[in-house]
Amino acid sequence: MSVRDENIIEVEGLTKAFGDFKAVNEISFVVKRGEIFGFLGANGAGKTTAMKMLIGISTPTSGKAKVAGFDVFTSAEDIKKNIGYMSQKFALYDDLTVRENITFFGGIYGLKRQQIKNKSNQLIEELGLEDVKNQLVGSLPLGWKQKISFSVAMLHEPKIVFLDEPTGGVDPITRRQFWEMIYKAADEGTTIFVTTHYMDEAEYCNRVSIMVNGKIEALDTPQKLKEQFKADNMNDVFLKLARG
Amino acid sequence: MKKFIGFIKKEFYHIFRDRRSLFILFGMPIAQIMLFGFAITNEINNVNVVVLDLSKDVSTNTIVNKISASSYFTVTQLLESQNEVESIFKKGKVKAVIVFEKDFDQQMRNAGIAKIQLLTDATDPNTANTINNYITSITQNYAKEINQDIQLPFQIVPESRMVFNPEIKSVFMFVPGVMTIILMLVSAMMTSISITKEKELGTMEILLVSPLKPYQVIIGKVIPYVFLSIINALVIILLSIFIFKMPVQGSFFLLGLESVLFIITSLSLGILISTMSKTQQTAMMISLMGLMLPVILLSGFIFPINSMPLPLQVISNIIPAKWFIIIIKGVMLKGVGLLYLWKETLILLGMTVFFILLSIRKYKIRLE
Repeated sequence: MSVRDENIIEVEGLTKAFGDFKAVNEISFVVKRGEIFGFLGANGAGKTTAMKMLIGISTPTSGKAKVAGFDVFTSAEDIKKNIGYMSQKFALYDDLTVRENITFFGGIYGLKRQQIKNKSNQLIEELGLEDVKNQLVGSLPLGWKQKISFSVAMLHEPKIVFLDEPTGGVDPITRRQFWEMIYKAADEGTTIFVTTHYMDEAEYCNRVSIMVNGKIEALDTPQKLKEQFKADNMNDVFLKLARG
Repeated sequence: MKKFIGFIKKEFYHIFRDRRSLFILFGMPIAQIMLFGFAITNEINNVNVVVLDLSKDVSTNTIVNKISASSYFTVTQLLESQNEVESIFKKGKVKAVIVFEKDFDQQMRNAGIAKIQLLTDATDPNTANTINNYITSITQNYAKEINQDIQLPFQIVPESRMVFNPEIKSVFMFVPGVMTIILMLVSAMMTSISITKEKELGTMEILLVSPLKPYQVIIGKVIPYVFLSIINALVIILLSIFIFKMPVQGSFFLLGLESVLFIITSLSLGILISTMSKTQQTAMMISLMGLMLPVILLSGFIFPINSMPLPLQVISNIIPAKWFIIIIKGVMLKGVGLLYLWKETLILLGMTVFFILLSIRKYKIRLE
């Protein structure tokens, strides 16, 4: 791992309120460059809301946050150029072919035609998509969509890539392969910010934070968290926290 | 700009790879205009009538001949007695029964008055009315013929002329209506569906996280439909000119501009609908119930607005289609220009601005 001592995400007292309800309640943390940062929490704990603020599609109610050096309040547009995002739906266009999808997403990130061509050739080769590159994405199995979706999020070589539950609904082998892709990206210096439900995946992260009811209740390396909560695995840590 | 072209290209892939949307886009306009033009009509043609002639003299013969000679009626049967009338109506094949009284000719010549009883099947009131008028005018014609040499002391002779549509073709009324429906359907329904589709699939989220600005996303989604709607408007106008011989008395240029304005009005409605709905189904339901029904019922397309109850007349004012129908009828049939249509045009323009502002507001609220 090539984690560097340089903060790429800095969050301080970040809050998002919907009326009286605080979906995200004064959370603070930093993410280092090149780190794989696991962002855990039960459903409804506020993970997605927090992530939306960091990727610039939701304005925080209060607090401070900088992503890739840009302020979420004032420079959301600059943030968007420097991050990649993959949603839990592996959103691609089903009625476009693999190649057309890559070309389209490359295009909206402002890649040049030649760049797009090189990138998609490289991608197709790496992912072994040679046989299906001209097939509609809708006809591909979920695992492939997941890989393509991740690669598309990485197309413009972002500094940080945000993955929102990127392994939902796929089998353990595919999940394993997917984490290999994540490691490879992290090795190349990309910061990974990942939310997940799977506690075994939490073990793969450099550091994890656990959100409960809008607050970050724990944040450390998986090893130290297990020591702190006297648990054998992350699952127990999570259960102890979530039950309060 | 290049981002934009890629976006529009993608949008066309969506449209051309989906058979259903292709059908709605291109099959429906043609099917609808043909249906309304040929099949659905207020005119009557070859209506079956039967005659009960109780006198069988020269006059009744002549009148029956005149009736069956006209293209409106076919005399299918000659009845013998009054008893048969009811059963023949019940069978439903005959729309009218014409009964001549006994000694028709004699009555006319001696008493100066002879009576015809006209029974029409009024389950369809419009047709019954029309039949009534046509047969009355045929008998009056005959009466005039035999009265030629007698000069009545006072006479009022109305000389009527049907202005703007001398042959009273109902297709002239349908074309503006169908064009309005189709432009509304394609522009509003198709765009609202295609925008909500991205929401449903989660790709909208990806687009919003990308450096594309929200307004670029929306404009990119809308532009292909502007093109397709313009093509549709052209197809409809050409069909109505070449197949139904509908005139365009006014300027083509104005007709084009007004159509583009209405297309943009509908698109802005489509965007508004997409901000209100989360799924494609909701978008479709809102478009159909909220747009199509009012367009068909309250725009004056089929039912004249002047004869509606007052509350409905008031409501009809907020329906963009009403104003557009006035505009196209004005340009195509009356040949008037902006001088007469500026009010309607301004209203459409105002509505468009209103819908766009409202969608921007809604869109912002949703993003929060």
